Amino acid sequence: MSQTAATPGSSSLMGFVHRRRRGAELFLLVLALAVGIGAYAAVGIGVQEKVPADLLGYGGWLAALVIVAHVVIRFVAPYADPVLLPVVAALNGLGLAVIHRLDLAKEAADKPHAFAQQQLTWMTLGVVLFVVTLLALRDHRVLQRFTYTSGLAAIVLLLLPMLPGIGRTINGARIWIHVGPFSFQPGEVAKVLLVVTFSGYLVLHRDALALAGRRFLFVDLPRGRDLGPILVMWVVSLGILVRQQDLGSSLLFFGLFLVMLYVATERPGWLVVGGLLFAAGATLAYYLFSHVQVRFDIWLHPFDYYNKNGDQAFQPVEAQFGMGWGGLIGRGFGDGDPNRVPFAESDFIVAAIGEELGLTAVIAVILLYGLIVERALRIALICRDGFGKLMATGLGSIFALQVFVVVGGVTSLIPLTGLTTPFLSYGGSSLIANWVIVAILLRISDQARRPAPQLSDDTAAIGDDATQVVKLG
Amino acid sequence: MNKPIRTIATFCLMLFLALMINATYLQYWKADELNDNPQNRRVLVASYSRERGAIQVGSKAIAESVESDDQYKFQRTYPKPLEYAPITGWFSYYSATGIEQTRNDILSGDDSRLFVTKLVDLLSNDPTKGGNVRLTIDPAAQDAAYDGLKALGPNVQGSVVALEPSTGKILAMVSLPTYDPNKLASHDLGSVQDTFDRLNDDPAQPLLNRAIQTRLPPGSTFKILTAAAAIDKGLYKADDPVPGGATFQLPQTSGVTGEIDNEGRSCGANGSRIPFTQALAQSCNTTFAQLAIEVGAEDMTKTAEGFGFNSHYFDDLTPQAESVFPTDANEPQIGQSGIGQYEVAATPLQMAMVTAGIANGGSVMRPYLVDEEQSADLDVIQKTDPQELSQAVSSSTASEVTKLMVATVNDGTASPAAMDGIQVAGKTGTAQSGQPDKPPYAWFVSFAPAENPRVAVAVMIQAADIPRGEIAGGTYGGPIAKAVMEAVIR
Repeated sequence: MSQTAATPGSSSLMGFVHRRRRGAELFLLVLALAVGIGAYAAVGIGVQEKVPADLLGYGGWLAALVIVAHVVIRFVAPYADPVLLPVVAALNGLGLAVIHRLDLAKEAADKPHAFAQQQLTWMTLGVVLFVVTLLALRDHRVLQRFTYTSGLAAIVLLLLPMLPGIGRTINGARIWIHVGPFSFQPGEVAKVLLVVTFSGYLVLHRDALALAGRRFLFVDLPRGRDLGPILVMWVVSLGILVRQQDLGSSLLFFGLFLVMLYVATERPGWLVVGGLLFAAGATLAYYLFSHVQVRFDIWLHPFDYYNKNGDQAFQPVEAQFGMGWGGLIGRGFGDGDPNRVPFAESDFIVAAIGEELGLTAVIAVILLYGLIVERALRIALICRDGFGKLMATGLGSIFALQVFVVVGGVTSLIPLTGLTTPFLSYGGSSLIANWVIVAILLRISDQARRPAPQLSDDTAAIGDDATQVVKLG
Repeated sequence: MNKPIRTIATFCLMLFLALMINATYLQYWKADELNDNPQNRRVLVASYSRERGAIQVGSKAIAESVESDDQYKFQRTYPKPLEYAPITGWFSYYSATGIEQTRNDILSGDDSRLFVTKLVDLLSNDPTKGGNVRLTIDPAAQDAAYDGLKALGPNVQGSVVALEPSTGKILAMVSLPTYDPNKLASHDLGSVQDTFDRLNDDPAQPLLNRAIQTRLPPGSTFKILTAAAAIDKGLYKADDPVPGGATFQLPQTSGVTGEIDNEGRSCGANGSRIPFTQALAQSCNTTFAQLAIEVGAEDMTKTAEGFGFNSHYFDDLTPQAESVFPTDANEPQIGQSGIGQYEVAATPLQMAMVTAGIANGGSVMRPYLVDEEQSADLDVIQKTDPQELSQAVSSSTASEVTKLMVATVNDGTASPAAMDGIQVAGKTGTAQSGQPDKPPYAWFVSFAPAENPRVAVAVMIQAADIPRGEIAGGTYGGPIAKAVMEAVIR
């Protein structure tokens, strides 16, 4: 894993010129701020029929946060991807406005909450940690040293909510811990730690996993002993599913592991094995646990359950009603009733967007997430070291899987599971963890996009092989 | 590692495509279905929070939305609740009926024809305001009908319908007993449910609009249709003598069950002939049973269906009960049908249409209640054009029948409807309920002025606190019909 093994002159091999593109980032940030601040103003006009009095203060604070992030990038990661930060700023700003709108609805119903205020604090904290990450982590490969430490930390964090005393069950899922006045979802931090662990482990063992094994029915199956980690991961995710009743996280962790395993070994056989294991586990869970059965049945026939039997279908059905009512362009801020959906400000925020801003905004939001994933995978493609490739792939896949699971659940594409919508949903743990993820991605991209050190001059001989990406690590 | 990364990228693209397709399905293709789901409270709460248009009669609103200071922003109110309840229906949190239901799109502002208004509201960020519905009701006629029927006592069950013969406009529509839609439109949802349950369980069926939903044997009022069928077939003219008799034994029958009499009215001796005017004026059962048999089942059915029997013609309120005339009656059955018994059953609206059809030269107009639909800015979006339902009988037949009906008012059973200086044409009816514990139903139909009809009325009294022996269409129905006709003409 030494960088000195890098092919000299790989910059010209990649076919792109090393540009910093910080100006482009600044321009996109202005657009992103227009989305966030514009949405906040639209909420005031739509709900209270006046421009919010604190628009300048709020907008100034939002602008200050993203400008600080931008300036830090300029100094410590000048070659970082210019698209990620604006996309994230737009999503976070839109989320704040929608949460603020839901706060106003709660205020009108005499159940006041200041979720938006709280979320702005979380965002501030998120940006601070974003900056700290960029400043402290000058080279992402440092993280490889913590392969096993972070793995252990992740497992401890995942088990914490099951401890009596600090673990709490909220909305049926035992994924929270409470210490004093603070509550915290350790799973959100665990996913970052798990990506580090998987990347470190796989980059070392990829050859053993990839090359040893035999062929069975056109599928390359790995050796039994190499199956150990995947089995451990299978057990852990099933354990989360069963013990904590958290289908979403379980799907996320296992899917993440499978994707990274596949990318590291380049052997689709792993996907087959993993997919079969998950299917088997899920089927088993379906027959063993009645709450899984009910969830599944509610997904298939939500309207049969609506207004009946404790009303577990209330949330998904109201979300569907809301989104249907929003239609193509939405009712407009203040003219919908998004607060009918319980937890609209967290898990179901996409339903609130669909209702008041319409299909147009929902598609826009999905495309923004798609852009994040696309940038992350692009970083993985151009990254020059295996560890970084795996990290970027893993972090990008987290977004893809998480968005698919939560948006798919809200729109009844797949059975409903509890996960936050990255950057949009109310929730400190999730928001801060995602800001850190973006910082890591930017760090990797800065490494990948900056010119490689010129170590020798004999580049001409191989310089014509234009489209090859040289395998590293 | 780049090949699998590209594969993963394709895979992620699939995931996001699936999300976008599903969102489009939900918010575009499935949206209408979701919005129409009766469990969708969101749509209802929103229509509550919206300024719904008014239902207007003359220059007054009989249903309107006024601002309220609770979460629903507007309260639906009915200024004359009891009198107009069968027409307006109610608009409650749980359901809507009457005009509130059938014209919901325009009242709520959802109608696509209000698109421009909606677009302007959207751009100016104003809440959508519903359009208005203007009814054909003549408030004076409605008051007269309601007051007249109500005067029969607190337990009256009955209905009055008045039509403008030349257009089919419904000038009055009353049904008793009635209810207060204000209580059902209340924002106190618990009391709404209680009120609804109580009304729904009431054996007197106050929620029923008897004008269009109660079918009863029309009795002797049906004789004008039998007379019209006989004249239209060319068998008789108004001046011709027709078969009379104190009793008439129906063909293929023997004994008293198949014997028709006239309850002591003067209809000549058996086998004799009496003037047509006398037959109708004295409401001779023996005559009209024989006429119906002479016309035959086929032509009787054709004429009845020409006036609207066995068909659906009214959508302004729902559901309209179809009036019934038997289609395959044998001779004794057609004889009984000719005097409005056997299986013949008609709604008050149907009998008003028969009367109006005669008044309008045999042309039956489709009855309608909604005259105009307007946008919130009072622009007329749609005005209902009168439409002919059918030419039931020839105009000469109609004028012959009119002569007979005029004689019935001037010299016969329908005399209580006579007016000073205006010639009225009318007919009474008393139909056996067929149940020994129930008194007979009283009917009265009339139109005026006979030479240039402006209003046709049908009065039906299903039950009232009247001694059984005094139930006769003329005595109670006549004055109500007269009051309604006077209200329209004067």
